[in-house]
Amino acid sequence: MRTDPLWQLTLARLRMFFREPSAVFWTFGFPLALSLALGVAFRNKPPDPIAVGVWAGPDASGAGRVLDALRATQGLEVREYQGPSTRDLSTGKIALFVRPRERIEYDFDPTRPESRLAREVVDSALQRASGRADVLPTVDLPVAAKGSRYIDFLIPGLIGMNIMSGSMWGIGYVVVEMRTRKLLKRLMATPMSRAQFLWSFVLMRAAFFFLELPLLLLFGWLAFGVGVAGSLVLLVALSLVGALAFAGLGLLVAARAQNTQTVSGLINLVMLPMFIGSGVFFSTARFPNLFQPFLRALPLTALNDSVRAVMIEGAGPRAVAGQAGLLAAIGAVSFALALRLFRWR
Amino acid sequence: MDLAIRCGGLVKKYDRVTAVDGLDLSVRRGECFGLLGPNGAGKTTTVEVLEGLLLPTSGEVEVLGMRWDKDERALRQRLGISLQETHLPDKLTVAEVLALFRSFYDTGRPVDEVLELVSLSDKRRTWTEKLSGGQKQRLAVACALVSDPELLFLDEPTTGLDPQSRRQLWDVVLGFKSRGRSVLLTTHYMDEAERLCDRVAVVDRGKVIALGTPAELIASLEDVFVNLTGRQLRE
Repeated sequence: MRTDPLWQLTLARLRMFFREPSAVFWTFGFPLALSLALGVAFRNKPPDPIAVGVWAGPDASGAGRVLDALRATQGLEVREYQGPSTRDLSTGKIALFVRPRERIEYDFDPTRPESRLAREVVDSALQRASGRADVLPTVDLPVAAKGSRYIDFLIPGLIGMNIMSGSMWGIGYVVVEMRTRKLLKRLMATPMSRAQFLWSFVLMRAAFFFLELPLLLLFGWLAFGVGVAGSLVLLVALSLVGALAFAGLGLLVAARAQNTQTVSGLINLVMLPMFIGSGVFFSTARFPNLFQPFLRALPLTALNDSVRAVMIEGAGPRAVAGQAGLLAAIGAVSFALALRLFRWR
Repeated sequence: MDLAIRCGGLVKKYDRVTAVDGLDLSVRRGECFGLLGPNGAGKTTTVEVLEGLLLPTSGEVEVLGMRWDKDERALRQRLGISLQETHLPDKLTVAEVLALFRSFYDTGRPVDEVLELVSLSDKRRTWTEKLSGGQKQRLAVACALVSDPELLFLDEPTTGLDPQSRRQLWDVVLGFKSRGRSVLLTTHYMDEAERLCDRVAVVDRGKVIALGTPAELIASLEDVFVNLTGRQLRE
């Protein structure tokens, strides 16, 4: 009735995880809550109307025609003022102040793009209302580019971040806890294979990954209509390589640490630069060119960029081969190093 | 003579402390051998060197006729080890922990049989964090027995347990011995040594200072100990 030790070790890992409600929440619930909150906060709204003020006092002749013309124009919010001037322009509450006299006078700040835009919109509305005809035929074709919303950018980033933190905490922290509790030492007193012990963590991460990824993808699709433009198989393969890379790094940070405080510090040290610099919440393009080669070498950047390329642009295997190769190399090197450096007691 | 353990001139030094200082030991097959001594005497260090968990600074160690540097794999298959303190995984059930340990060995006893042996059958589905101290200790010993070892190491198996739990563990050890297997245990209780051990070595400051059957030792032990160490045995 002997069962395979690798299977038993992996099974034990999975059981211990699912019996720890807080771990389950941080792995599965937290990323969903985060994407929901950020998706709602950065949802796409119709463009804000431009506020313009109109002098509509009794002395303003022709204010009625101006008001009618502007109210009929889309994208404007028209406010009436009794006096011939207002401070609302200088405080930015309106972008343009219109004074209808014998000539129409525009008060605006030409250094504010919004003001210049308001002047053009208002002027052309008033000119047309006075009978100007457009001589050049034009047609507007509004573009709603797929994947241009913030949530489309965010979901791939959250997939990457989740894979990273799941592996780092789920492996790094757990291994060190086993070391402080002398459980590692006890296992070393058995004929257990060390490589199999480390592999059980990698397998556990791979197993989780097949729960985490569909959950986030499904959620993004149902809640925000975020789709996958490219191949789903490629997406799964890429994220799996990413999960293995971070599993290796998780083992590496846990290789020597003697207590959970040390390993928590190490994990944060490794993850923090990637949270900020690897394009989870905003594009890495915001960093100066000087940093770009360094940022591109980070495993989370490789994972995020390639997942994003597949999900948004529909990139094929060739386009993401470099990043996948980098992830595989990081995984292999860190696993091999961890096995060498590992402190077994 | 057929020996389960033989070690000679065993020395283990840490940076400045010499934990084991030239210790000689022979444990016969089928014998229960006790290492008796106060805390800090070097018992645990000695046992962990014999278990192949620590490298000795110098000295010879042979376990079941094999050596750690050459035959570690084969040797591990034939030993059962219970460390002084091990925190088994909280959220696994008793049966799951045993099944895990069983999976590491080529041969061994069925999990249910071992649970019966340590009277934990009714706890098989209980998470280890819900066990009492005595039950946890019996589970730790069960993990050592699940491989059906030829030689069992127990490091202070009953320290901190209530009298009933101690007696339950003693029965487990005596049952194991009655099948002709060897045991090396450490303890600081004379009554435990008297009950379980065929021979006892009194250890202090990393050396064996007295050796004999419990009956032989009891006659002189108190005197020997006070004379040699200036300390009381039952501190």
